[in-house]
Amino acid sequence: MRGADLLNFAWQVVRGSPGRTFLILLAMGIGVAAVVAVTSLGEGARLYVVNQFGSLGTNLVIVLPGRSETAGAMPGVLVGKTPRDLVLEDALALKRSHAVRRIAPLIVGAGDVRVGALRRETPVVGTTADFIEVRRMEMAQGRFLPEGDPRQSQPVCVIGTKVASELFGTRQALGEWLRIGDRRFRIVGVLARQGESLGFNTDEIVIVPLAAAQALFNTESLFRVLVEAKSREQIAYAREDVEEIIRLRHEGERDVTVITQDAVLATFDRILRALTLAVGGIAAISLAVAGILIMNVMLIAVTQRRREIGLLKALGATGRQILLAFLTEAVLLALGGAALGVAVGQLARNVALQLYPAIPFQAPWWALIAAPATAVITAMLFTIVPARRAARLDPVQALSRR
Amino acid sequence: MIRLAGIERTFIVGEEAVHALRGVNLEIAQGDYLSIMGPSGSGKSTLLNVIGLLDRPNAGTYKLDGRDVTGLDDDELARVRREKIGFVFQFFHLVPRLTAAQNVELPMVLAGIDPSARKPRLAQLLAEYGLEDRARHRPDQLSGGQCQRVAIARAMAMNPSVVLADEPTGNLDRHTGQEVMAVLERVHHNGGTVLLVTHDPEIGSRAHRRLRMIDGAVVADERS
Repeated sequence: MRGADLLNFAWQVVRGSPGRTFLILLAMGIGVAAVVAVTSLGEGARLYVVNQFGSLGTNLVIVLPGRSETAGAMPGVLVGKTPRDLVLEDALALKRSHAVRRIAPLIVGAGDVRVGALRRETPVVGTTADFIEVRRMEMAQGRFLPEGDPRQSQPVCVIGTKVASELFGTRQALGEWLRIGDRRFRIVGVLARQGESLGFNTDEIVIVPLAAAQALFNTESLFRVLVEAKSREQIAYAREDVEEIIRLRHEGERDVTVITQDAVLATFDRILRALTLAVGGIAAISLAVAGILIMNVMLIAVTQRRREIGLLKALGATGRQILLAFLTEAVLLALGGAALGVAVGQLARNVALQLYPAIPFQAPWWALIAAPATAVITAMLFTIVPARRAARLDPVQALSRR
Repeated sequence: MIRLAGIERTFIVGEEAVHALRGVNLEIAQGDYLSIMGPSGSGKSTLLNVIGLLDRPNAGTYKLDGRDVTGLDDDELARVRREKIGFVFQFFHLVPRLTAAQNVELPMVLAGIDPSARKPRLAQLLAEYGLEDRARHRPDQLSGGQCQRVAIARAMAMNPSVVLADEPTGNLDRHTGQEVMAVLERVHHNGGTVLLVTHDPEIGSRAHRRLRMIDGAVVADERS
């Protein structure tokens, strides 16, 4: 029997019983759609996190005071016990490494920000002029903190767009003064809207010079130091240098945690990929259910088509040909179901995209291959038993019954 | 052409052995027109199935066109059946979802014949059996006589050595039955070998050679 004829024969069967075909397409379609949709969600979450880390800045190495034995935790979660504070001098010393391009020490606290009668509690970040380069942020208006000795404090600040609109409304914020605690700062710049990155919304912060923050919060200890390596390849060297410099300065104690963006990213990437794979696998169970349905339908078909199978044998069909005919039929149904499922899954993804435009939902390529492939393989596996039963049918008995 | 020697066929029904065929010896020549008659249970259909290679004898040898086909495996039997044997059944056994033309074409499709070679043969068969204007109809849109004509055309598709007809008129009224017999006899007139199983003496007596079976044995073999 020629391939085209086999296909045509199976197609006739599929077309000949639309109700049955519809049922199988539905079952297979739901299975494949579930896999595509669920992995789209997982992949969307992964890409979202990856993008969030990317927006932190490139080639970033983050230094936190305190030592943590936990690998790859989120920077914000790490609150190590600090035997020795990380101070500005430590941060400045990091510049000695050849692998380091820039550093930005950070002090973070909550400040009581007032303009006239308006007051607002916002996060206040104390840092240096390089911060904007390290974090790859843009200015909407004015300029960032001035260059100069980070030990000297100037009464200037930079504010996020949300702070600007809440404190000044439509009025021009640039050049105005605001109070944080008992200190006055002149606004020299407004940050461009950037949105949230890792739970830290830069639209809602006020940035002041490091020395001013030290005085405001009455502390010398840094929240963390952002270090930018000279290139991606230099990240590992920068990390080694940072650890060594701090160790030497802290009398041989390795009491800081150094996180490279790559490491954190890789961990998240791994976790979310595994998660996507797992939920995809769970969704694939519905494919197995669809496979069992196909088996049942095929078993019924073998019983219903006994006479036809007997006839085909009488006309000279070999057992192999009959087996192939049933398998082809199953594959056709599975392919149809898979196509339907991928279409519905993509539709679900588009709906999710409409609802949550920030998260880049998309089915990973492996799911788009694996789901239809699983559907076809399941269909074939579950058809083998009924098809073999058909192939072994005794033609005399099959033909004798009406 | 067909040579059966000492054919035995035993079925086990419950704990009893039923001898459907006992030591059947039979020679059928090319171009024979032969009927097998006998009461039900006499082994006519079993003999037909053995000749048609659908059933295997428990003992004896069967030579078809000079070749011993007794010991062939299932796939080889299917191949011989495809090329040398045409079946016509009492209940037509047409594939309900296929058109008349597709049913006639089926043996050629199963044999893997190229569509370009199938087409002229199909047209020839449809014309020969008066089915041209019914070619696109499905079996449920055809009368019993037309169905049987389709079945005969299908049996002839591969130019078989022998056409085996099992009660071909059993499911038709008298008049249509006569028509179908005329079609089968045309196969014979064109040089084909026809073997007919029937319990209708009127139909059976039309054949030139008439076998009578009782209890699994051939008891009479008349020629006219």
